[in-house]
Amino acid sequence: MHLTTDVLVIGAGGAGMYAALEAARHGADVLLIDRSLIGRGGATVMAQMTVAAAVGGECPDHWQHHLVDTLRAGRGLCDPALARVICEDGLECILEMDAWGVGWARKEGRFTQVMAPGHDRPRCVYVDFLNTGPAVSRTLRTQLIRTPGSIRRVGDLLVTGLETQGGECVGATALHLSTGELVTIGAAATVMATGGLTRLYRRNSASANMGGDGYSLALRAGAALLDMEFVQFFPIGHLAPRMIGMDPIMWDPFRYKLGGRLLNGNREEFVQNYGAAVSDKYIVTRDLATYAITKEVEAGRGSPNGGAYLSFEHLSAEVLREAFGPVIDRIANNGIDLTKMSIEVAPIAHYHMGGIQVDAQMRTTLARLFAAGEAVGGANGANRLSGNAITEALAFGRRAGRYAAQDALASAALRWDGARRDAHWYTQGPSRLDFNPAQMLVELQALMSDEVGPFRTEAGLQRALHRLTAMRAQVGEVPPQGTGGLDCIRIDWFDLFQMLLVAELVTRAALLRTESRGAHQREDFPGLDESWRLNQVVNMEGSKLSFERHMVPASVPIPDATELV
Amino acid sequence: MSHVDNLRVNLRVKRGAAGDTLRFETYDVPFEPGQSVLDALRWVRAQVDPTLAIRYSCINANACKECMMRVDGKTVYACLAKLEAREMVVEPLPNKPLVRDLVTEVAPSDEELYRR
Repeated sequence: MHLTTDVLVIGAGGAGMYAALEAARHGADVLLIDRSLIGRGGATVMAQMTVAAAVGGECPDHWQHHLVDTLRAGRGLCDPALARVICEDGLECILEMDAWGVGWARKEGRFTQVMAPGHDRPRCVYVDFLNTGPAVSRTLRTQLIRTPGSIRRVGDLLVTGLETQGGECVGATALHLSTGELVTIGAAATVMATGGLTRLYRRNSASANMGGDGYSLALRAGAALLDMEFVQFFPIGHLAPRMIGMDPIMWDPFRYKLGGRLLNGNREEFVQNYGAAVSDKYIVTRDLATYAITKEVEAGRGSPNGGAYLSFEHLSAEVLREAFGPVIDRIANNGIDLTKMSIEVAPIAHYHMGGIQVDAQMRTTLARLFAAGEAVGGANGANRLSGNAITEALAFGRRAGRYAAQDALASAALRWDGARRDAHWYTQGPSRLDFNPAQMLVELQALMSDEVGPFRTEAGLQRALHRLTAMRAQVGEVPPQGTGGLDCIRIDWFDLFQMLLVAELVTRAALLRTESRGAHQREDFPGLDESWRLNQVVNMEGSKLSFERHMVPASVPIPDATELV
Repeated sequence: MSHVDNLRVNLRVKRGAAGDTLRFETYDVPFEPGQSVLDALRWVRAQVDPTLAIRYSCINANACKECMMRVDGKTVYACLAKLEAREMVVEPLPNKPLVRDLVTEVAPSDEELYRR
């Protein structure tokens, strides 16, 4: 089948759905595709709580204060123009979502906002109870359905390659999962909104779709990526006892609302030993908490399953119930009474600061290819501020949709006619694989967790690179032939093909950056090195990767924040 | 998490693609307390038979709604169904078009490539 559209949006999370809406509002026909169900497969739907925006519900605020905090969290590597889009445009998007009925929590008519680590004031809106992501997804999907005529939504399409002609992106090829058919798509502009790469890690907080395929697709088509070494680990992902039906980042909202106590295996407070202030409030930043928990475990002071205890035992059942309502019952169904026991937590792969290089109009370095949301790199530097992920999804999605529509409606825009130059690639592969690709995915996650986690050494990174090279050789460059609908072997092969390249990018970038900054910690190069205040940009020609060091874009002028209200 | 000694799950899974004669295959899976049926199916794919077709994206959060199937005759999300150390029968949804093994068409029809 061949489809044609003005704007193709790949990925139907928050960024992709907002991009589709905005492109349609600017007059474009839109095809919004996702490998899963529309609005359910990405990271947005899994968001538990905080969305940062200077709406001033609790106290006076201004997006420029938010920008100051975002830049500070990024440890000198943010692209200030992109960070500004998050804070300035993001605010408008949050208010538009409110007008669309998302249901941000309110008290007496004003937005209720929580204080999150790294912010100078309460700035994070949310939807109760732990319902932010589902509410955002549902609201955007409802708007898509209400936009008459011009937006087509199709799930079950796994994009396997972007198509370029004359140095421009003109469409994509996708595998239709439920039939096994290859679908070609001609598009005058394409928005990559495929999210991050947390599936590379054994313990992660995002969906199985987040294997970094958007990075790989963009790079292979000729777009540049940057700062691929910066994987954010969320320090207090759920570890034990085993729970079902709960997202592993669920304890974050508990800490926002209730504080809680983080304890080592000896049931002692410990973050103060790593430079953080002890507080019953939740103020310790993600990179520091990850470091502190990991070091306690290494010193033999971990909890039984290799993490830390998180305790709410000092709180009454009534206080817990008021803060989290029915969530308390879901936890009880897993045999956990928070007034009587601690749970165990440990760092978990959560977000990727690196990604596709874009300008402030979300244009990548490949003409007619745009990116939005977590797929974008550079906005959050070396460490993302809590609450900025959903905000950036919406803000970047809106911009990408607007400028993609503008490009697509320009008269000279090419659209791919679906004629394949690489048809043999899809049909000439082996009839079967001589390895279990599902097992290799498990092995890849273990390797990345053990050697390319939050704490890295040259020896470990070299071991990872060595093994990744062998795995890439085993996977090969040609997909196995298909056997019809829901061919999991073939789907796993495409995932491995993209994920192994992305894993190599993270590993190589981490080897090159001989300093410790934010989410990238080299145990053999401790401490921040000011001469490394540089972005690492990677391009691919043929099969050759080339890394370059670029100056961080100059700061945008910000008025003295103390003069703002 | 440690395996509980000698406790196993006998997972009987209905398999086959649309148009095939469907058959049951049985998998012997180690039991770990607190696991879900989806965990066991993912273990089977990684350790025994990667051709087993399942579909999920969120894994554990009950957010994606893709892993809907029948366990012991009841319609459940596999990520929410608790694994138990006994025989468990896993089948695709009976009232949705079968794609393969445990995967059925669950998308709204206006979001499918071929609209029904």
